[in-house]
Amino acid sequence: MIEINNIKKSFQGKEILKGINGTFEPGKCNLIIGSSGTGKSVLLKCIVGLFKPDEGDVLYDGRDFSHGDKEAQTEIRREIGMLFQGSALFDSKNVEQNVMFPLNVLTDMGKEEKLDRVNFCLQRVGLENVNTKMPSEISGGMKKRVGIARAIVNQPNYLFCDEPNSGLDPQTSMVIDELIDEITQEYQMTTTIVTHDMNSVIEIGQKVMYLYQGEKLWDGTNKDITHSGVKELDDFVFANRMMKEFR
Amino acid sequence: MKSLGKFLIFAGQLFVRRENFSTYVTLTIDECIKVGYNSLFIVTIVSVFMGAVTTIQTAYNLVSPFIPDYVISLVVRDMTVLELAPTIMAIVYAGKVGSNIAGELGTMRITEQIDALEVMGINSTSYLVLPKIIASMLMYPMLVVLSAFLSIYGGYLTSLATGIISGHDYIYGIRYDFIEFNIAFALIKAFVFAFLVAAISAYKGYFTSGGALEVGQSSTAAVTNSCIAILLADYLLAQLLLG
Repeated sequence: MIEINNIKKSFQGKEILKGINGTFEPGKCNLIIGSSGTGKSVLLKCIVGLFKPDEGDVLYDGRDFSHGDKEAQTEIRREIGMLFQGSALFDSKNVEQNVMFPLNVLTDMGKEEKLDRVNFCLQRVGLENVNTKMPSEISGGMKKRVGIARAIVNQPNYLFCDEPNSGLDPQTSMVIDELIDEITQEYQMTTTIVTHDMNSVIEIGQKVMYLYQGEKLWDGTNKDITHSGVKELDDFVFANRMMKEFR
Repeated sequence: MKSLGKFLIFAGQLFVRRENFSTYVTLTIDECIKVGYNSLFIVTIVSVFMGAVTTIQTAYNLVSPFIPDYVISLVVRDMTVLELAPTIMAIVYAGKVGSNIAGELGTMRITEQIDALEVMGINSTSYLVLPKIIASMLMYPMLVVLSAFLSIYGGYLTSLATGIISGHDYIYGIRYDFIEFNIAFALIKAFVFAFLVAAISAYKGYFTSGGALEVGQSSTAAVTNSCIAILLADYLLAQLLLG
């Protein structure tokens, strides 16, 4: 489980996060939702240590991440897998080398063992015969899958996804959501997803945190989200015509 | 002062939380190919023409019956070894390798590839930058030696082609009153310039923020700042070691 306590973060005097508290549970897809510019990605980057919070704690299964020394942080980071918004695949490496990268750097596995693991992960995300393709030669959806394969190759305890559906069509988005959900339950990982896609909330939002202007206004499950009683969240959820008609 | 402090912290990060030795060996070999082998063509072209033009211009300025012909090649040799090969080639090197380093790291930064390394618990500064600096310091001195040889050889070919000076006199001048320390001085300069180009360019690229426009600006700043640093270091080294 990941706990965040009173996370605050400012940039150039502007307060982006105003004391966020919450927990992210293992074996579930924990979603952070909100409109653009509400601080979702900043919160995620504070949790994984890419930004240092001005105040507050981040605890990974009780281990203090935000105030630990570099060595302790590195230990925790090696239990983290992350899927970035733009996939962040290494341009100079092919698909196989990208997925194998964490194993090369972080483990002492033999070459055959690593290759088996890479092929297993690529198959797990539904990719075959793409090992030698370069990132520039595959589609956006395939890049996301490769990104997921790279994130899980080292069997992490914590998986983070920053806008996993951005730039994807609705069908591919659903496939990616289902894949993340399956993997989360299969490996009992603590998965945290930043998104503003309501389809993801409906499909996999087993635990949802709503951010509004740097504050947490609501948390609950996707089943409760349509009757939260929070005006800002209702405006967000029922933003499009179809949802308004449904309402 | 703020930039200098940031640069020193950046340089300090190169030597902490390193990965295993074999990782760096592989990365450094890859970088050696990029910064050294891939620079051979431009170094060859620039060096040969540099030597040829220096020979013609020196001959043009030394038209006197009191000055023996071999002085032309002696001047070409000393100019090449002391200044042209290490310093002018460093400017060319900054343009080719420096902009490449800044562009590569800048693109990695804006496409979150550096963040991906950090999230994996890898010290991205050490992993990405240290091999580039080591490769630069290994390869640039070799390029300087090659450049000096090709420049002097370019002058020799020009003297034969134009008849400004006979081949015999050219060789005599090249060997006349040779000071070995000049080679050591050129290599010391090469090491310093190689470090400056790689470190400054990596620093500029690593701290890029924004998009494609900013990557271009980082590459330009990397070349400009490297050139200024090269010229300052050139003056200081000349004053310290020859003054």
